[in-house]
Amino acid sequence: MITLEHYLVLAALLFSISVAGIFLNRKNVIVLLMCIELMMLSVNINFIAFSFFLQDLAGQVFVFFILTVAAAEAAIGLAILVLLFRNRGTINVQDMDAMKG
Amino acid sequence: MTFELLLFYLFSAILLGGALAMISVRNPVHAALFLVLCFIAAAALWILAEAEFLGLLLVVVYVGAVMVLFLFVVMMLDINLAKLREGFTEYLPVGIVVALAMATVLVLVITRYITMEAPERAGPEYSNTEALGAILYTEYVYPFEIAAVILLVAIIAAISLTMRKRPDNKSIDPGKQMAVSREGRVRMVPMASEKKKAPRRGGQGPASTTDGNDDSNK
Repeated sequence: MITLEHYLVLAALLFSISVAGIFLNRKNVIVLLMCIELMMLSVNINFIAFSFFLQDLAGQVFVFFILTVAAAEAAIGLAILVLLFRNRGTINVQDMDAMKG
Repeated sequence: MTFELLLFYLFSAILLGGALAMISVRNPVHAALFLVLCFIAAAALWILAEAEFLGLLLVVVYVGAVMVLFLFVVMMLDINLAKLREGFTEYLPVGIVVALAMATVLVLVITRYITMEAPERAGPEYSNTEALGAILYTEYVYPFEIAAVILLVAIIAAISLTMRKRPDNKSIDPGKQMAVSREGRVRMVPMASEKKKAPRRGGQGPASTTDGNDDSNK
């Protein structure tokens, strides 16, 4: 019998893995974007699990909107990435120091 | 009941294994493909939790559109992989410690305080898509429209960010072409009429006066 804990633990592990991915691939913007997608996936798993176990469809509607916003974010992020590569010739995070931050 | 649990563990293993492979492979193309594997396993888990519509939507939208976009961008850029991998082993211990600490805390909290048994499975006549549509177009119609506008903004932003005027492009602006009038191009030059000379260049007399000159010296 699948319980709610199964889903929540799975999502927590997935979230931790994607945090580790952000630490490991600090220089590669593409893999950073992919890790953010993975984080959103784990949050969506939580929403779906609660929606099923509480028998409330609102959770699924929220997942729907999160998917919409995530798709928009990925499209704009990749457009910025292409623009960055065209202007600077690199996608290394270390080289993005034009604002001296 | 145990078959459900078996399926859950199978797809969870695929999901976590795919995620671990995604963050550790060298090549971004392989990382994108492992992310596709993660999405498919997650879609199976969502279908297991009676979210059939969203599971299929995840496959269609994410695997079919977003990940293909990722793959396009990864393959279009000419990246120096060795430079991007610098510091991977250097930050490996920190990443593992942070991830383990976070996972431990989260799992402890979840297993200690949250217990909830699964509700009854819905019957075969229940349609998840229909139920979702029934509240999406009534109760959540305003957020739904805002989501549509967000997608429109994303389309316009992505196109306007990546569109550029190439300097070596010789195409002409059609609006400027349409706006051309005779007054902007033809200039009347007042000029005294000339006497007709003896035709020295034999045979070319009338043909040498070009048609533009005919109405300029009237």
